[in-house]
Amino acid sequence: MKFNSVFDIIGPVMIGPSSSHTAGAARIGLVTRELFGRQPKWAKIYLYGSFAETYKGHGTDIAIIGGLLGFDTFDERIKTSFDLAKEASLSFEFIPESGHTEHPNTARLVIGDESGEMELIGISIGGGKIEISELNGFPLRLSGNHSAILVVHDDKPGSIAKVASCLAEQNINIGHMEVSRKEQGQMALMVIEVDEPIDEHVLQQIALLPYITQVTKISD
Amino acid sequence: MKFLFRNVKELVALATTENKLISELMIEQEMLVTRRSREDIMKQMDTNLTVMEQAVEKGLKGVHSTSGLTGGDAVLLHNYMKTGKTLSGALLIDAVSKAVATNEVNAAMGTICATPTAGSAGVVPGTLFAVQNQLNPTREEMIRYLFTSGAFGFVVANNASISGAAGGCQAEVGSAAAMAAAAIVEMSGGTPQQCSEAFAISMKNMLGLVCDPVAGLVEVPCVKRNAMGAANALVSADMALAGVTSRIPCDEVIDAMYKIGQTMPTALKETAQGGLAATPTGRALAERIFGADFVKGV
Repeated sequence: MKFNSVFDIIGPVMIGPSSSHTAGAARIGLVTRELFGRQPKWAKIYLYGSFAETYKGHGTDIAIIGGLLGFDTFDERIKTSFDLAKEASLSFEFIPESGHTEHPNTARLVIGDESGEMELIGISIGGGKIEISELNGFPLRLSGNHSAILVVHDDKPGSIAKVASCLAEQNINIGHMEVSRKEQGQMALMVIEVDEPIDEHVLQQIALLPYITQVTKISD
Repeated sequence: MKFLFRNVKELVALATTENKLISELMIEQEMLVTRRSREDIMKQMDTNLTVMEQAVEKGLKGVHSTSGLTGGDAVLLHNYMKTGKTLSGALLIDAVSKAVATNEVNAAMGTICATPTAGSAGVVPGTLFAVQNQLNPTREEMIRYLFTSGAFGFVVANNASISGAAGGCQAEVGSAAAMAAAAIVEMSGGTPQQCSEAFAISMKNMLGLVCDPVAGLVEVPCVKRNAMGAANALVSADMALAGVTSRIPCDEVIDAMYKIGQTMPTALKETAQGGLAATPTGRALAERIFGADFVKGV
């Protein structure tokens, strides 16, 4: 089941005009910012399929930038996000692509600042709901059925165990977990689907553990 | 994760055997799946209802989109309704004007509640606020209207699609009309089975509806399609309440919608490459709004 909640159907409350192209786009931007953990200084945004064809009229561009600035779907500041990005010293570029992707509403965001870069592929699946299909080249297979925690970490012994114990202490059960890395000893990614809703303080606790670079949650 | 229902057959069977409203099952499922309290869930839907009310109010005062393609039609319809000379009746034109009002607000980048999407956000509230005058529901009954709509929308979203880009406008305004039809039946005192008949009848008549927005904007033909979605919902609800049934079961209609969406050409799925978007006037409007380069790219 891709959609769990009635509020995925009757909702979200949002700034028009398109839930897929505006609200979903804002959420892709917002998740990207949350995963990055701070305000990026620059962003290159590649748009595919219907996103590439119609982004200007739907405000997909201002919505993604709004998300990168930390605005939620209903935040009226989305309308003036380009101006606000300028004030926040966030430079950006939109690049419509002609290539085919799995879903017609796909965006690839490459963002960064002086301390680092991040790349994410987000899909807007309808009604404002999104999925993340790739993070820093790591393919993600999130069902969207459960709350999920994404943890970017150093590929060091014990890092996975510490995150798992932290969740156990909070009485949070892991339903599904994937760990992947590009090269041994380098950056790795944990994707943890959990059965219980996740509070902000749990994320903060995980973030304080050794070897952890970024923590965020999606799709609950 | 445990769900009380995954399709309309299960939903109606459960409602019938447990003698519960469909809205009640949606509330219970939401509590079960999200582990939130009833009070919390009712409160959030109340907030969504308020957003819908405010959007209708704003639209009926008259709004215009920045592109200039839409705006002001809700006012025309509402004034026409007040003359008492409408052919299709005051209630129907009331629903139509309020559906249009919502979508004009959406096109003007106003605040709306997606039901199930932003492009189709007019149908459910439009019909709700029109039948409100006839049925005099309590606030809780109005909130339940949204849960009933949501229960059917939940099934469509999980078994087919509510995305115009994935399934054409049949997945958006089509779903919205069918969701509203089912909710009208529950509010009118119909049975859960009659809700599903209304849903099936309404959705059947939206099958094949393409998503062909001019200049790619959620304005033309979207605003007027919301008007037709609202009218379709009311007629379908009346048919079900009269005892008319759908020969094709609800879940099979949803499946047919999904398969039609899959086989529909990309040009007709929100890409602004076909249908009304590709007419000479559609292309000229796109060029006026975005310039020749953008249209060439399309």
